[in-house]
Amino acid sequence: MIESYIPIFLVFGFAILFSLAVVFSSSLFGPQRPNAEKMTTYESGVKPIGLANERVSVKYYLVAMLFIIFDLEVIFVYPWAVKFKSLYAQQGIQVFWAMIVFLTVFEVGFLYAFKKGGFKWD
Amino acid sequence: MEVILFAVFASIAVVSSVLVVTRRNPVIAALCLILNFGSLAGMYLLLSAQFIAVVQIIVYAGAIMVLFLFVLMLLRPDMERSFFRHDPLFKWAAIIVSVFTFLLLVYAIILTTFNAPILANHAKTIEIGTVEAIGKELFSNFLLPFEAIGFVLLSATVGAMLLSKKKLD
Amino acid sequence: MNDFLFYIIVALVKIVIIANMILITVSYLVYFERKISAWTQNRVGPNRVGYLGLLQPFADVLKLLLKEDIVPKVANKFIHSMAPFIALFVAFTTYAVIPFGPSITLWGKEIPLMMADVNIGILYVLALTSIGVYAITFAGWSSGSKYSLLGGIRSSAQMISYEISMGFSIAGVLIFSQSLRPMEIVIAQHGWMWNAVLQPVGFLTFVVAAFAETNRLPFDLPEAEPELVGGYHTEYSSMKFAAFFLAEYANMIIGSAMIVTLYLGGWQFPYVETFGFSPAVTIGLQVGAFFVKMGALLFFFIWVRWSIPRFRYDQLMNIGWKVMFPLSLLNLIWAAILAMIMK
Repeated sequence: MIESYIPIFLVFGFAILFSLAVVFSSSLFGPQRPNAEKMTTYESGVKPIGLANERVSVKYYLVAMLFIIFDLEVIFVYPWAVKFKSLYAQQGIQVFWAMIVFLTVFEVGFLYAFKKGGFKWD
Repeated sequence: MEVILFAVFASIAVVSSVLVVTRRNPVIAALCLILNFGSLAGMYLLLSAQFIAVVQIIVYAGAIMVLFLFVLMLLRPDMERSFFRHDPLFKWAAIIVSVFTFLLLVYAIILTTFNAPILANHAKTIEIGTVEAIGKELFSNFLLPFEAIGFVLLSATVGAMLLSKKKLD
Repeated sequence: MNDFLFYIIVALVKIVIIANMILITVSYLVYFERKISAWTQNRVGPNRVGYLGLLQPFADVLKLLLKEDIVPKVANKFIHSMAPFIALFVAFTTYAVIPFGPSITLWGKEIPLMMADVNIGILYVLALTSIGVYAITFAGWSSGSKYSLLGGIRSSAQMISYEISMGFSIAGVLIFSQSLRPMEIVIAQHGWMWNAVLQPVGFLTFVVAAFAETNRLPFDLPEAEPELVGGYHTEYSSMKFAAFFLAEYANMIIGSAMIVTLYLGGWQFPYVETFGFSPAVTIGLQVGAFFVKMGALLFFFIWVRWSIPRFRYDQLMNIGWKVMFPLSLLNLIWAAILAMIMK
């Protein structure tokens, strides 16, 4: 089993070496003449005011939280989708309704979030 | 072969988890935690749990750590420092919790019987870890728990909405 | 042991070939993007370096290589270099499960024309896509610039929103292939049983999600120039900038390859078996069919970029959650009903 993953590990090794080479090649070949002005951040040509650690809107956290939940739902759909045809041949329509019930229960949550304005951006 | 791979994954896991604890910068710690999840996925692969391995990456490294990072970006270095440094209570609580967790792990390892038959039945182990086997089990023997998960996820959605409701209204 | 050694060598040869192919395709994709944009806007485009400007990509790389690598003082240096690393790493590992042809037989051994035919297949791509979000998040956070931070956090929220509809669209495909293996997904689409024909809505949601995941127009909010300057890579220069650039185009290639594999029949050339060619020619035609489909999609990517204006951020999130997600869900149910009818 693990043998079939060896090419993937080799690809990982190659990608790590290649990416490191690209990222650090400019510090090898490029000139290094830093000065104070060059090393400030860009702020439309005026002097940077403050640091970039302002708080961001709570909506981003809400999206991240909802993403975790929806991602879990997707994960539960995959085993069903892969086995759907063979389970349908064995058990009949029951396997279809099993997923419909699961999705319906879940979509109640989606509609709740929708009604509460969880996906509202302004 | 598997021993070498296990050594690689285990050492990455150990080093990265030590770095998670010792790094002062929370974002670097988060990066190390992602690396740790990756090496854990590698170890699941060695145990022939292919679907679990990829779910580990998708859910833990891909979804939960994004939320972690969003929260870390909310922290301001100045405020966070005053919050963590000057409270010895936190330190002692952390030490006690980690010592007990460690003892619990040792206890669990001692109690485990590493019985040979599981290792001998290699082909069967590989089959159990595939997505097909999980789908078959989930929808023939574990249908009710599966539907219950729908309700758990529903309550999580409602909870997430309630947590951020104040700001949205 | 000898078989094992052969297996490793074949894998290494494939890595070298595919990586070079991606690099060359990326260089000329950039060239064609500039040329096509020039034709769209009635200009000439790059035409100075070499015949018809064909050496332009190499000149660009050389220029970027010899530029100074500027890291802002307020930046976190380690994370600042990790971000382009992650972007490139993801772009150069995702291709591992994409089949670009059927199996060939060399020296009495069967070699599938893909890196690794593993059981989790398509989920491997999804896992790496979810890791790719960190490149942008880290780049935005570590630069210490407001534009970068805003671009980074917007872009991560965008990518995770579209990953959901992407996941559901893939589930619709899995119902017909009954496997996560890309090779079997392709084989399940023999003849004209392409998933794009069977589930057009899923095809649509997947293509839109692919555009959003690769941060291409009309979804290139993270680098919306008028409001965010360069977005998450405002503070990147030299080869680190080139790494993001390279990753974006490599992701475009992977994205089109994924669309072809999942929805357009992969390397299937409809009715090629009935033409009566020799096996070698048949395989050649099939590999050719894969690259022709992929090239057409890449042209489509560029065409869309130069024809459609950018969405506003609220529109983008609305489309992701209120349109694409329900559509991909309906597509899943449609696919299940279709599978029951076609039984």
